[in-house]
Amino acid sequence: MRPLIMETFDGLRQQNVLTVKEAKEKGKKVVGMYCLFSPQELVLAADALPVSLCGTKEDPIAAAEKVLPRNLCPLIKSSYGFAITDTCPYFFFSDLIVGETTCDGKKKMYEILQRVKPMHVMSLPQGPGKDELEWWERELLKFKQRLEQEFGVEITEEKLRQAIILVNRERTVMRELHQLAKNRPSPISGLDLLLALWLKGFNVDKEDGISLISRLVAEVKEIADKGKSPFAQDAPRILLTGCPVGIGSEKVIRIIEESGGSVVALENCSGYRSLDLLVDENPKKDPILALAEKYLEIPCSCLSPNPGRIEVVTRLARDYAADGVVDLTWQACHTFNVESYLIREHVRQTLGIPFLQIETDYSTADTQTLGVRIAAFLEMAREKKQ
Amino acid sequence: MLVAGIDVGSTETKICVIKNGEWYHAAAPTGWKPRESGEKIYRELISRIDSAERADFVVATGYGRIALPFADRLVTEITCHARGGVVLVPKARMIIDIGGQDTKVIQVGPEGQVLDFLMNDRCAAGTGRFLQVIATSIGLDVEELDEIAAEKEPIALNSMCTVFAETEVIGLLASGADRGELVAGLQQAIAQRIGGMAKRLGISGTIAFTGGVAHSRGVQRRLQDLLNTDVVVSKDCQLAGAIGAALIAQDAIES
Repeated sequence: MRPLIMETFDGLRQQNVLTVKEAKEKGKKVVGMYCLFSPQELVLAADALPVSLCGTKEDPIAAAEKVLPRNLCPLIKSSYGFAITDTCPYFFFSDLIVGETTCDGKKKMYEILQRVKPMHVMSLPQGPGKDELEWWERELLKFKQRLEQEFGVEITEEKLRQAIILVNRERTVMRELHQLAKNRPSPISGLDLLLALWLKGFNVDKEDGISLISRLVAEVKEIADKGKSPFAQDAPRILLTGCPVGIGSEKVIRIIEESGGSVVALENCSGYRSLDLLVDENPKKDPILALAEKYLEIPCSCLSPNPGRIEVVTRLARDYAADGVVDLTWQACHTFNVESYLIREHVRQTLGIPFLQIETDYSTADTQTLGVRIAAFLEMAREKKQ
Repeated sequence: MLVAGIDVGSTETKICVIKNGEWYHAAAPTGWKPRESGEKIYRELISRIDSAERADFVVATGYGRIALPFADRLVTEITCHARGGVVLVPKARMIIDIGGQDTKVIQVGPEGQVLDFLMNDRCAAGTGRFLQVIATSIGLDVEELDEIAAEKEPIALNSMCTVFAETEVIGLLASGADRGELVAGLQQAIAQRIGGMAKRLGISGTIAFTGGVAHSRGVQRRLQDLLNTDVVVSKDCQLAGAIGAALIAQDAIES
C-alpha cells in the first residue's frame, strides 16, 4: 500500500515551480544548485532561495550532445541540456548558479555553461585533510562574499546560524523518513522514498517541506505499526549505492522493485549521503568552519581517498538488514566506476552479501538486459537469505 | 512426477523433462516466435513420453521465458545455468556460457548456487551471433570454423564489435590473410574477452563451458590455455539451462 500523502508529493514539482515564480515576482533572489556540496545554508542566510536544478531526465540529452561528447555521464549531459534548451524552470528563475569542481566532466561543462547564466564555481579539494579543510573554508568565504555582492546583502553570523538550524531540522526529518525503511518488511517503497527525498531540493519553503515530510513520516509509521508493506514479507532487501538518482533516472530502483526486491536504503545524493551528518550548531564554533567540516565529510567518490563511503555502506547494510548491495554507476563516471571495485570487495568479503554493479545511462535501451541481471541478482540474494 | 525446464534462447529452444527420475531432452531453433517454439517443443516431448497433457511443474528460462504462458515459474538463465552446469560438470566452480546473443560468467557453489556473476552488456561481441556473422562473411558454415583454424597461429584482431570486426576481417582477407589464421584470431579474441570477465570474478578450479559456442573446440582450447585451468565441455553443454530449470521445477514440487 502507498501512503495517501504521496499524491501530494506527485503534484509537488508543478506546485514548486509556481511558488518559485511567485517568490521571484516578489523580488526574492534564486540560487540554482547541482550538487550536495553546494552549501544551501549560505544561500538561505543571504535571504535567497536555494533550488536544485534539473538533470535527471533523458529528454534534453540529445540537445546537449551538440556541444558535449556523447561518451559523458548522463547527469552532466542532462543538466547542460536542460539549461540550454530552457526547459528547467528552476534554471530559468535562477539569478546565480553555483557549481563545484567535483568531477572533471562537470567542471569543464561549467566553463561552457557560464555563457548562459552567472556562475560561481567553488573549488572543491581533492580529499579529506587539514589543508583541504582550510582550503574549503576559504571557498565557502568566497561564495559568501559573492552572494553578498551579487544580491547586495549582508550574511550575518546570526542569519547563518539560523539557516544551519533550519537545514539541520530538514535533514533530521528526512533521516527519520529514511530510517522507517528499517522495518521488516519496509512500509515504504524505494521509489516513494526517492521521490520524497529528491523533491526536497525543489522545495521552496523549507518549513512547508519539513511539515510535509513530517506528515509522511507519521503516515508511514502508521503503515508500519499495522505491519503493512508494499512488499512481500520475504522480499530481498536492497541497499542502493553509487551515482545520484532522481525522478527520470530511477530506472534501476524501478526494475529492482518490479522484480520483487525492496530498496530499503539509498546511499546516494538524494538519499542518505547528506543526511548522515548534521552541521555543528555549537554557538562557540565559527559557523563557516562548521559548514566546511560537514560538507567535506560527504562521502563522494570524487574525493580521494573516500573511506567514508565504505563506512556508511557498512553501517546502512547492517542497520537496514540488507540482503544485497546494488552499486549504480552512470556511464563514464570514472570515480564511482573505479571505486566500485573497493565497494565490491568490501561488501563481499566483510559484509558477506551479494553485490551487483550496474553501469548504465538514462536511456531505456538496456532495460531487458538489466532486468535479467537484476532478477538473477535477486534470486541470488533470496537464496543466500534462506 | 513429471517436471519440465524450458530454456528459450535467442537462437535455440531447449527442453529437459524429468519423469520419475528419468531425463529426456530436445532442442529446436527458436525462430522469430519464441512462444510457439516453446509451446511446440514442450507438447511434443511430453506427448512422446507420457499420456499426461502437461507437466506437474514447468520452469521457463532464457530470454524468451516471459513468452510462455503455461510456465509455473520464471527463473533467470543465470540461476538455471549455474544449477545445470554443475550437474553436467560436477567439479565445476565456474560456468562460462556463450549463447547466441549474450555471454555470462557465473561463480558457483557445489550445489550449483550462484555466488557471483558477470554478464556482457548490450552487444553481441564475442557471442554465437558474432561467430555466425563472421563465418558468413568469409564463406564458411559455423561448423567448419574449427577445422580450418586448427593448429593455426591466430592473427590479432582489434575489433570485437560484430559490425566492426566484419569490416576488419574483410579488409584482412583483401590483403591476403589466411582464412584459418583469421578464424584462429577470432577464436582467440572471443577467449580473451570472456577470459577477462572470468578473471575479474576470480578463477579457482574447473570451469564448465556451456552454450552453443561451447561446441567450438578451438574456443574451448584457447580459453583453457588462457585461463590455465580445465575448461570442460559436456556433450549436453547446450542443455545446461534447461536441465537447471527442470531441477528447480523438481525442487518446487518436492518442497
